[in-house]
Amino acid sequence: MSLTAWLLEEAPRSRLQARLGQGYAGWRLFSRNPLAMAGLAIVAGLVLVAAAAPLLATHSPVAQDLAARLTPPGAAGHWLGTDDLGRDIWSRLVHGARITLAVVALTMVLVAPVGLAVGCVAGYRGGWVDAVLMRVTDVFLAFPRLILALAFVAALGPGIENAVIAIAVTSWPPYARIARAETMTIRNSDFIAAARLQGASAARILWGHVVPLTLSSVIVRVTLDMAGIILIAAGLGFLGLGAQPPSPEWGAMIAGGRKYILDQWWVAAMPGVAICVVSLGFNLLGDGLRDVLDPKQR
Amino acid sequence: MIDVRDLTVRFGGGRSAVTAVAGVSFRVAEGESFALVGESGSGKSTVLRAISGLNPDWTGRVLVGGAEQGRRRTAAFHKAVQMVFQDPYGSLHPRHTVDRILAEPVAIQRLGDAERRIERALEEVGLGGGFRFRYPHQLSGGQRQRIAIARALILEPRVLLLDEPTSALDLSVQAEILNLLRRLRAERGLTLLLVTHNLAIVSLMCERLAVMQAGRIVETMDVADLRRGEAADGYTRHLIEASRGYRRVTSA
Repeated sequence: MSLTAWLLEEAPRSRLQARLGQGYAGWRLFSRNPLAMAGLAIVAGLVLVAAAAPLLATHSPVAQDLAARLTPPGAAGHWLGTDDLGRDIWSRLVHGARITLAVVALTMVLVAPVGLAVGCVAGYRGGWVDAVLMRVTDVFLAFPRLILALAFVAALGPGIENAVIAIAVTSWPPYARIARAETMTIRNSDFIAAARLQGASAARILWGHVVPLTLSSVIVRVTLDMAGIILIAAGLGFLGLGAQPPSPEWGAMIAGGRKYILDQWWVAAMPGVAICVVSLGFNLLGDGLRDVLDPKQR
Repeated sequence: MIDVRDLTVRFGGGRSAVTAVAGVSFRVAEGESFALVGESGSGKSTVLRAISGLNPDWTGRVLVGGAEQGRRRTAAFHKAVQMVFQDPYGSLHPRHTVDRILAEPVAIQRLGDAERRIERALEEVGLGGGFRFRYPHQLSGGQRQRIAIARALILEPRVLLLDEPTSALDLSVQAEILNLLRRLRAERGLTLLLVTHNLAIVSLMCERLAVMQAGRIVETMDVADLRRGEAADGYTRHLIEASRGYRRVTSA
């Protein structure tokens, strides 16, 4: 029997086969969407570049060469040119991918579970628990994201770790809102009533029944938010509050190039293009995931 | 087995409070099959939800198996009383396989030996092992309802609460599910409490019935009386008349 036939079998014969078959059906739906595949390719490319940065970089990302400063792209072995200190922009971009990916991964790990937990508990328990949790969420939601991030960084001191913390603190409330709204629609469904009738504890119902259903919309939202998070990280870097020199963070690179933007356009344009492409990639991926994961569209 | 005394259920508070059930009393003997009949909004499903413990906002007394029931129910209650819901599309978790759906109650009640219990439960409701690892979206409405029945019976309850178990299914599937429930009841000596608006199902499944209107029981009667059309209450006669369908009035 071919692998495809095994995966698509009407009556799977094991837990593993059922789960893999389900995943494969989702993948087929996803791969039919060319834009989503383009997004996946960009994000996969980012991961690959970050992993293989030392191999892909032609120069050291921090080595200065004042004799070769502001070399245009293509000249003298510098594919994308050099910046005002003679550092190779290609090598800096490649190493900067690691920072971008780290920021994205760290915020995702910090933000999604917190938002999910707060939202699911608030939505399932209702009453005063809901009121307290959602008012706290509202307080965080009331601050403009970048401004609160700026305040945090000002208090904690500039640096990429503090930028991540600042972004995480300001970006969990929307997830709590989404998870709560989803939970409230699930809470009164018959399959939850059936679980309660079996004597299931609240924790068991939340973890085993509610979270799997809210997870997909949170994953979609996280993916779509990644673009915004990259932009905020770059924005903090641009303002000098994120990654500190000589770290090759993309936003900081744009900030460094703004003095030369008219005559030596490539210094600011290259990291700008990188930010743009990666943000677009995450957005396309998120859109594609929404089509696959949204249970209401099946 | 089930003894409900002066059960009252109110929703909301203050001036907007709605009394869905107003002082309902009835008893169901062990092994008996009892029906609550009434039109939509008569409170029959609310009675069921109050007995099952899903709705905590009730007053009165509910005794199941001789034990007084409070707002919170014990694990023993959950093992003894199970329920089958109306909508087979909403009562199964969309991301759980049949296997997981059936394994869950066994794990919660710590019965052990899940493997054998799941296989037997599937067999009892007339589904083979080929259905075990499917997701609900791969099943038809009738198959889903069979899974829901298997889920309720895997705990080997003594009481089965049925909330219009067939009204979302088409006619031939309805008959299959009703025959399945009749067979399982005979085999296990289950006590059934059935909520329905379909008098044909009542006369097929039950020995006694209570007719509800606007949150009250207007009449409790035997199914034999129902078949003969002997009802004391006007509303019941009206229901029986309606269930027989439209008849042309011809002048001799």
